Amino acid sequence: MSVIAPKFKLSGFIQSLLDNIFWILLLFVLIGLPAVFIILIVMPMPVLDGELLTPFLALSYLANPTRILPVIHAFMTTDIFRVMAFPGFGFAALLAASVIFAERKMMAKLQLRVGPFYCGKFEGILQLMGDGLKLISKEIIIPAKADKPIFWAAPVLFVATAAAFVALIPVAPGWVVADIDLGLLAVFAVIGFFPIITILSAWSANSKYPFIGGIRALFQMVSFEIPLILSLLGVVMVTGTLNLSEITASQSNFPWIIFLPIGAIVFFITMLAELERIPFDLPEAESEIVAGWLTELSGMLYGLVQLGSYLKLYAFAALFVVLFLGGWNGPMIIPAIPEQILTEGIEMGPITLTVDGLQSLFGNTITQEMLNGTFWFVLKTAGVIFFIILPRGVFPRVRVDILLNLGWTKLIGLCFINIFIALGLLYAGVLGPGGLQ
Amino acid sequence: MTTELPADIQSSSSEIQTDKPSSNWLPPGLALQKVDERIMTLNVGPQHPGSGHMRLIVQIDGDYIVACDPDPGYVHRGEEKMAEYRNYITNIPHLERPVIHDSCNMLYPYVLGVEELLGIEVPERAKYVRVIAAELNRCIYIMYWLAIYGIFLGHSTMFMWPTGDRELLIDLMEKMTGARVTHSHFIPGGVRNDLPANFEEVCLRQVNYFEKRIKEYAAVFYDNPILISRTQNTGVLSRQDAIRLGVTGSVLRASGIDFDVRKKEPYDVYDELDIQSIVMTEGDAYARSKIPWLDMMDSCNIIRQALQKMPKSGSVRVKLKPNPKGKGLDTVYKRVESGRGSLGCYIVSDGKPEPYRLKLSVPSFRNLIALPYLLKGEKLGNMPSVYWSLNYWPVEADR
Repeated sequence: MSVIAPKFKLSGFIQSLLDNIFWILLLFVLIGLPAVFIILIVMPMPVLDGELLTPFLALSYLANPTRILPVIHAFMTTDIFRVMAFPGFGFAALLAASVIFAERKMMAKLQLRVGPFYCGKFEGILQLMGDGLKLISKEIIIPAKADKPIFWAAPVLFVATAAAFVALIPVAPGWVVADIDLGLLAVFAVIGFFPIITILSAWSANSKYPFIGGIRALFQMVSFEIPLILSLLGVVMVTGTLNLSEITASQSNFPWIIFLPIGAIVFFITMLAELERIPFDLPEAESEIVAGWLTELSGMLYGLVQLGSYLKLYAFAALFVVLFLGGWNGPMIIPAIPEQILTEGIEMGPITLTVDGLQSLFGNTITQEMLNGTFWFVLKTAGVIFFIILPRGVFPRVRVDILLNLGWTKLIGLCFINIFIALGLLYAGVLGPGGLQ
Repeated sequence: MTTELPADIQSSSSEIQTDKPSSNWLPPGLALQKVDERIMTLNVGPQHPGSGHMRLIVQIDGDYIVACDPDPGYVHRGEEKMAEYRNYITNIPHLERPVIHDSCNMLYPYVLGVEELLGIEVPERAKYVRVIAAELNRCIYIMYWLAIYGIFLGHSTMFMWPTGDRELLIDLMEKMTGARVTHSHFIPGGVRNDLPANFEEVCLRQVNYFEKRIKEYAAVFYDNPILISRTQNTGVLSRQDAIRLGVTGSVLRASGIDFDVRKKEPYDVYDELDIQSIVMTEGDAYARSKIPWLDMMDSCNIIRQALQKMPKSGSVRVKLKPNPKGKGLDTVYKRVESGRGSLGCYIVSDGKPEPYRLKLSVPSFRNLIALPYLLKGEKLGNMPSVYWSLNYWPVEADR
């Protein structure tokens, strides 16, 4: 029984789940099935394997594993699946959504309150869906003096750029949307777009507070990009590659945070600044400049910017994991899929169920390495995100001059120390050929 | 002592003032002014997360504030005029409205003044009950103020913790008076009701826990390096300027002047209690924000002393005749130390059941006067911290 929800009952929860399933099934049977049948009857049916496809046969295909598994497998090997679903946008958006919920719950625990509670019966788990629906249903108000095309385009560009960032992250061995040799350079290029989009959005609103916020964001992002790039040079020097998959693969024994802790710390601090998170949320300082560059955005335009910023949060945390914490590397804890099921089929009493496509699906695409790599990657990313969220409950906001002083003097100095450490490790033979790694 | 303002204050005051009232006079901020093209005028408020019920007309050059012109008056309720149409008892509920979180202290000078006009001597136990209620209210007010100070600096935990811990004392006040915030507990002649049974024990326990709890704020807020780097040496009010601008309360004590009405002009039983009244000499936003927090611990001490010295039984109220009247033409001025500073009430009586004139001298307005001088030349990022460190309550300033 939950402490903060003393009236919560497991039986009630299960009952509500069953209720939902019942209504979904009922609606499907009453509306979905007739609709499918009408479509199938109206459509001229093709002849497959010398057999005319009747509506009944077509429906039975959907439930036949032997028929549907190769289709799924074929779909999973396409680029569109990679971009839309697994290592790309869908996976990242799911993680980003859970980050928002986790953040709200965590802040609530830290601040001795409850947080989202009522929406979705169980600890407010559907709160995010409610917030999204609210944002979609809100009217979008555009300031009269705004430069409308740019004002509309900026939030969309923001999400697109964040999604492009996500595309460069390798999640599991071989599972990356864009596996390019200059991956880290591409990351820097994508990060370089954010200040431009921010200032475009801020300037096009033609309003005072967004303008100040945009200028602040520009200052902050541009001045922290230099320590950001310099702090990653150490990793590039010891690995000798810019390919993110190869950098991850090089950490099979030790993650680079053990050898280059200063670089990791500097990267973490610059990451907070790039993400506009507390204590570096100056561009959105509500007591000074209302909501900074987001002031004039309303409805789903605001929602898009929030989605983009949480995608960005996930992507930065994932980059930290890939570069310093060893990415997908970790002990093999996901059990292998039993060979017997793949080759001989599933024995259930007197019946043996044999599925043809199963072996190729689990042998080539959803392998044990992929599942294990994804598990470790998600676990490490969640850990990094926890530490990104934590300062919000502990620190107040810094001031612009303190922020710039930190970025231009202290962090750049630390970056050079980090580079010298990397050089020292290479020359001393600790790393590189014949070394530890 | 010379009465002239310092040179920099003189020059800034001449810049801030708009044209003198004439036929084409416009309200501040609307008048056309010849300004440098570099200077941007920001209307901070009245609809702004960092303004409260008022408007600050801030002129900025880059990130630096060139001039700041506070424009209060959005919540003016005519408390003083209203008081002229109500008799001495029915004035009580509306006079505590300007600061409902500090309602006991808000009524205190009025009640003391009416008692002097009527020539009533208050029972000893009632005086102690009043002191306890006033100190509890001071803590309640400061907790609310601290919560807003936290959120002004972007520290959301410091917003949630004080608003939660404040409930402890609010429950105590509810037990004592029957209302959570607007108590209407002080009346001429004592307090409305006696303390409930075993109030002393509950009060002592709650206050001890409260003190333990607010000491934890140091770790998350007052010793926070980012907070210190943000507020130290910002908005410095020197000792001389503090005297000349006439600020009061924690702002005055942060500039190194030991002035506390409870100590200098003790009312009720404050002369029998040991009051620390913390003084700091820095005069910056950090000192101004720290003094109320230390004041709360001082208040806890005072409550414990008062609980110990209070007569265990006795009357808490002198019964008045219905519709009390003053004795002919008479004036009285009483002041108390409220959560924000010295709060005065001036009553003119002409022998009728209603006061002829009532004037409140509120600390918030006196502290607000210092704002333009403190913000001149500061960075825009310092605006919320300096503004709220003045211990200013917009509703009280407008009355």
